Amino acid sequence: MAVLELKTISKHFGAIEALAQVDLALDGGEIVGLMGDNGAGKSTLVKIMAGNFPPSGGQMLLEGRPVHFHKPVDARAAGIEVVYQDLALCNNLTAAANVFLAREKMRGFGPFRILDDRAMDERARELFAELKSETRPAEKVRMMSGGQRQAVAIARAHLSRARIVLMDEPTAAISVRQVAEVLDLLRRLREQGMAVVLISHRMSDVFDVADRIVVLRRGHKVADKPIRASSPEEVTGLITGAIRVA
Amino acid sequence: MARQETKDLETAGLNGRLKAAPGTALIRKCLAAQPFWVTVAVVIICAVMSWLEPDSFPTTDNFFNITRNFAYIGIMALGMMTVIITGGIDLSVGSVMGLTGIVCGLVLQAGQPWWLAVLAGLATGALCGLINGGLVAYLGLPSFVVTLGMLAAARSFAVVLSENKMIYEFGPDGDVFMAIGGGAVAGVSNMVWLLLALTLAFGFVFRFTRWGRHVYAIGGNEAAARLAGVAVDRIKLQTYVVCAMTAAVAAIVVVGWQGSAINALGTGYELRVIASTVIGGANLMGGEGGAYAALIGATLIEVIRNSLLMAGIDSNWQGAFVGAFIVLAVLLERIRGSRAD
Repeated sequence: MAVLELKTISKHFGAIEALAQVDLALDGGEIVGLMGDNGAGKSTLVKIMAGNFPPSGGQMLLEGRPVHFHKPVDARAAGIEVVYQDLALCNNLTAAANVFLAREKMRGFGPFRILDDRAMDERARELFAELKSETRPAEKVRMMSGGQRQAVAIARAHLSRARIVLMDEPTAAISVRQVAEVLDLLRRLREQGMAVVLISHRMSDVFDVADRIVVLRRGHKVADKPIRASSPEEVTGLITGAIRVA
Repeated sequence: MARQETKDLETAGLNGRLKAAPGTALIRKCLAAQPFWVTVAVVIICAVMSWLEPDSFPTTDNFFNITRNFAYIGIMALGMMTVIITGGIDLSVGSVMGLTGIVCGLVLQAGQPWWLAVLAGLATGALCGLINGGLVAYLGLPSFVVTLGMLAAARSFAVVLSENKMIYEFGPDGDVFMAIGGGAVAGVSNMVWLLLALTLAFGFVFRFTRWGRHVYAIGGNEAAARLAGVAVDRIKLQTYVVCAMTAAVAAIVVVGWQGSAINALGTGYELRVIASTVIGGANLMGGEGGAYAALIGATLIEVIRNSLLMAGIDSNWQGAFVGAFIVLAVLLERIRGSRAD
């Protein structure tokens, strides 16, 4: 059974139809590349899964059960984490403090509880090790490279034992060497059985790591097939509309 | 708090890339921390003044004076620091202090007990903070504008409530009230003890509590904090309440010390308070600062003021010196920041 299944999801903003009858099923241990031109509906779809706003029509099933998200917190509680393009990290805090933000480990008893930074550093160190990332827990995010920032953001998702991770353009603003690092992080998440959705403009990244490719065009799903059965040329055609449906 | 500052800078600072023995790491942390350099400046100025004016500067009387004169500014700087760390500002502290002083004076004048005067003062501060914080956090208005409005409004309330008269007939409980702010324990003014206790308390909250961590997170990246699930609006509201209440505490002790309440109390103090936080190392963009920073910033300003008086320099020059130190402090921060990048 799919971890998350979207059935005939539609979304209207006034007269504008952002998504029309989109079906999508996500399985654990799979990376799905979500592609499409600007305005094709990628971010609308992600925002619906992340609980930023409800769909106008259709149904979402989490492990077979219908779910309704009213706030991002609802989606997170259900095990869906989003790693945002701008990374949404606090530069003035340490890597560990970012990983544990709003779910800090405390020590002490009753009302006398203080932050347990040592335990948080330790846990963050483990998470970074699992991701095979050279990120130091006690270092400030301000000092970090793009790849390390991605590791921090992904460790956040990892900490909550998320089942579904939505990655919004993770490789948009980083150097070539760091891109390889980030794609490795995605493979690590897949190994651990998570369903990963990679939203990207970069064809090479998607063909590098994804198992399946989904293409949106003007709110419609025009392709949903194994990456082996497709090619960059075909996907380009689908995105631009030169090819209708694949 | 100093520990947090230095720890921050070790990781943020120029030294992160260099490997060195743990002992020298601590020294390097200190060298990179702004509060450390402000402390050095205070020590140097005190040493020079003790040498130039051995008869008047290094005396217990002068020490008592200096510490008491920055104590109430330092108390407010702690509250201001909390707001500034979130990336906000509170321009209304001086006026809130004035209004609180008048409220306390009126309660005492009516023959009410001292504790009621204290409670009424704190409630006045809390109410002003709730209005500031509510408008900033829940209506999304800029803190600069909201608190500028409160600066005008609270002062006007103070003038209206006092009927523009000084209040000095404090009724039966006036003596107790005056002892709170005007008294001393072990040769140190009560106000200074209060400042030290509050500095420790704020330092603890900033460093060891979830609330403190979230205050820093909001200043670092408000949108990220919100996405992570930090109760951004509630915490922002609370920081303005905390700030206004430190202004109320300052008013309570100053009115007690002076033995009278005037509606002009606190006029212009917002600048001294904000200057203290900035000199101590707060970043007006948010995310940086600490409790010790507020204390040492307030100390430096008062030590400069006192030294200029002692050196016989026209008191009109004080502003120039304090201004120069503010710019110097920001410049130092900038240099440090560029090296860190």
